[in-house]
Amino acid sequence: MSKQAQHWEKTRGLLMMTLAIWFVFSIGIFLFGAEMESVTGPFGYPLTYWFTCQGSLGIFVILIFWFANRQEKIDEEFGFSEREDD
Amino acid sequence: MMKGNFIDNLPKVYGIYTGGFIAFIIIMAIGEQMGMTSKAIGICFVAFTVAIYAIIGYMSRTMAADAYYVAGRQVPTVFNGMATAADWMSGASFVAMAGGIYFKGYGYMALLVGWTGGYVLVASLLAPYLRKFGCYTVPDFIGTRYGGNVSRLMAVIVLTVASFTYVTAQINATGTIASVALDIPFQYAVYVGLVSILLCSMLGGMRGVTWTQVAQYIVLIIAYLLPVFWISNKMGAGFFPHFMLADEVARIGELEQQFGFVKNSAADLANVPKGLAGITKAHSAVNATPWAFISLALAMMMGTASLPHVMMRYFTTPSVKAARKSVGWSLFFIFLLYSSAPMLATLSKLSLIDPTLSTGIIGKSIAEVQAIDWYQNWNQANLMFVSDFNGNGTLELNEFFMGGKAVVLATPEIAGLPYVISGLVAAGGMAAAMSTADGLILAIANALSHDLYYKIIDPKAETAKRLVVARVLLVVIGFAGATIAAMEIQGILGSVIWAFDFAMSGLFFPLVLGVWWKRANKEGAIAGMALGLISGTAYLVWVRTGGSGFLGITQLTFGIFGSAVSLVSMVVVSLITSEPSAATQKMVDEVRVPSGKTILGKQH
Repeated sequence: MSKQAQHWEKTRGLLMMTLAIWFVFSIGIFLFGAEMESVTGPFGYPLTYWFTCQGSLGIFVILIFWFANRQEKIDEEFGFSEREDD
Repeated sequence: MMKGNFIDNLPKVYGIYTGGFIAFIIIMAIGEQMGMTSKAIGICFVAFTVAIYAIIGYMSRTMAADAYYVAGRQVPTVFNGMATAADWMSGASFVAMAGGIYFKGYGYMALLVGWTGGYVLVASLLAPYLRKFGCYTVPDFIGTRYGGNVSRLMAVIVLTVASFTYVTAQINATGTIASVALDIPFQYAVYVGLVSILLCSMLGGMRGVTWTQVAQYIVLIIAYLLPVFWISNKMGAGFFPHFMLADEVARIGELEQQFGFVKNSAADLANVPKGLAGITKAHSAVNATPWAFISLALAMMMGTASLPHVMMRYFTTPSVKAARKSVGWSLFFIFLLYSSAPMLATLSKLSLIDPTLSTGIIGKSIAEVQAIDWYQNWNQANLMFVSDFNGNGTLELNEFFMGGKAVVLATPEIAGLPYVISGLVAAGGMAAAMSTADGLILAIANALSHDLYYKIIDPKAETAKRLVVARVLLVVIGFAGATIAAMEIQGILGSVIWAFDFAMSGLFFPLVLGVWWKRANKEGAIAGMALGLISGTAYLVWVRTGGSGFLGITQLTFGIFGSAVSLVSMVVVSLITSEPSAATQKMVDEVRVPSGKTILGKQH
């Protein structure tokens, strides 16, 4: 397999992982909105309410930075990262 | 100001700017103590901030194509994040979001999740690849990846429909704020708003818009956070509201139980002024079905990843790597405001309905409420209304009505904050609406000037001529938008949501599959864009004219139907027609790695 194909396979793997996490916190948990309601979440808010106000939003911020770092590592590993003077 | 130095000095420049703005707020506060009228304060806030944006717009003037279209591709990661956040957070986010949460609770929170979750799609599926492509506009990508003028033209059409729907709402919002702050009729205020918007973008294009958007972000975030923290502390609800309002949320739940949600008769409701609503839904409890919540969130997420004015912000970063990180910063800056909106809604609601608080009005006599100063002001502005439906002389929960905008605009006054805060909030709302309108008008004008005029009509046009055409289009589109906004056809929030649905119907899959599916070809993309947009629009018209809809897809989520049609038609048509040429496939391979030259040259 060429270097480029390997790079793309890893990139696709990272995408799938990122989208899986994204799916859980944007769609998955809200299938159980009513069930999570009686659970007390962080700072004492009802759990469903906390996810909609802060939880999911904050997780998305962290997820994007995590994704960006992982992707940079993959690019470096196969020598596809940009030169500084590009 | 020297350009190279300017980029290096950015933190210093905006640091001084922020300090200057805070000093201005303090001067206004002193002015208020010395007897400045509230009208004068409002005018000063709006005039001062707009003047600053205009100066930045003038200083960023340019005659170079890559500066005009993509700000010279040298915007640092964090600053591009701020600019995107301002570009993104519209008048609707600033003025209407807290109100939506206040009235609709959980069902509305789907918008918060959708408008942030979409950035994960932007970062992972699109932004870095489109940056590598080196395009000036979104149709530039479609036109080059799939080839041919028809695909380019289709992308221009979808972009224009979506962005234009969005921009009328934003000009409407600038008009509303300008008319309140400057005390002039709405029909004229719309044009005052428009001129302010054009001052930022006309001379400098994307470069001017970038640096004004950073300035606008700073104003709008201060204007949003300062009152939230101040009110929370004043009420004794907690020093840091985001972590400390659990008791207040629980208390609202108790009060809801105590008062109950009494349904008003249609005859009673007929007396309530148009646009005002009462509290009829639980504040924090789950009040929507899973599908209603998820479908709205999903539509907003896919719409986010298809809206051209957001995507083109990532064309301005220095590298692919920076584009990815920049999406993270964008969402961080958006998060600061979005996570505060529910807190503002909570504080606002509790201060109004809790009878044990001095500001609470439920349970007081109607006459007493009608005598309150702020009630009279906002009643006059048509944003508040009480009526004694049951004739017992006391105000009940179901007898109090408010406009959605009032949550942001009136809460500082209700909580007893000085007027200077209300002036600040007006400046923040103006900044939010202006920055989004700028991004949108520029997206449309650039697509028309670059893709329609230069790429399709006159490919030999010189740079100077192209940039003149771009500016003429900017003004024409601005005036068209303002004219429609002045007619006040739709509400602000409704048309914003429609814009997302239009964008996702036509553009989501052609963009994503362009990178992620090599087999996608021209015929498939054209079918995907055309059938997606047509079927989405048809569904909207059908539901609006009394159609029942299916699968619980409403007029707010019609993009789910449109994009599904788009996906199916794109895949089917691609597979029954021949696969893309070897050159195109090689191009896709190159887009997938960050290193090497961009696909489109620096000047194209």
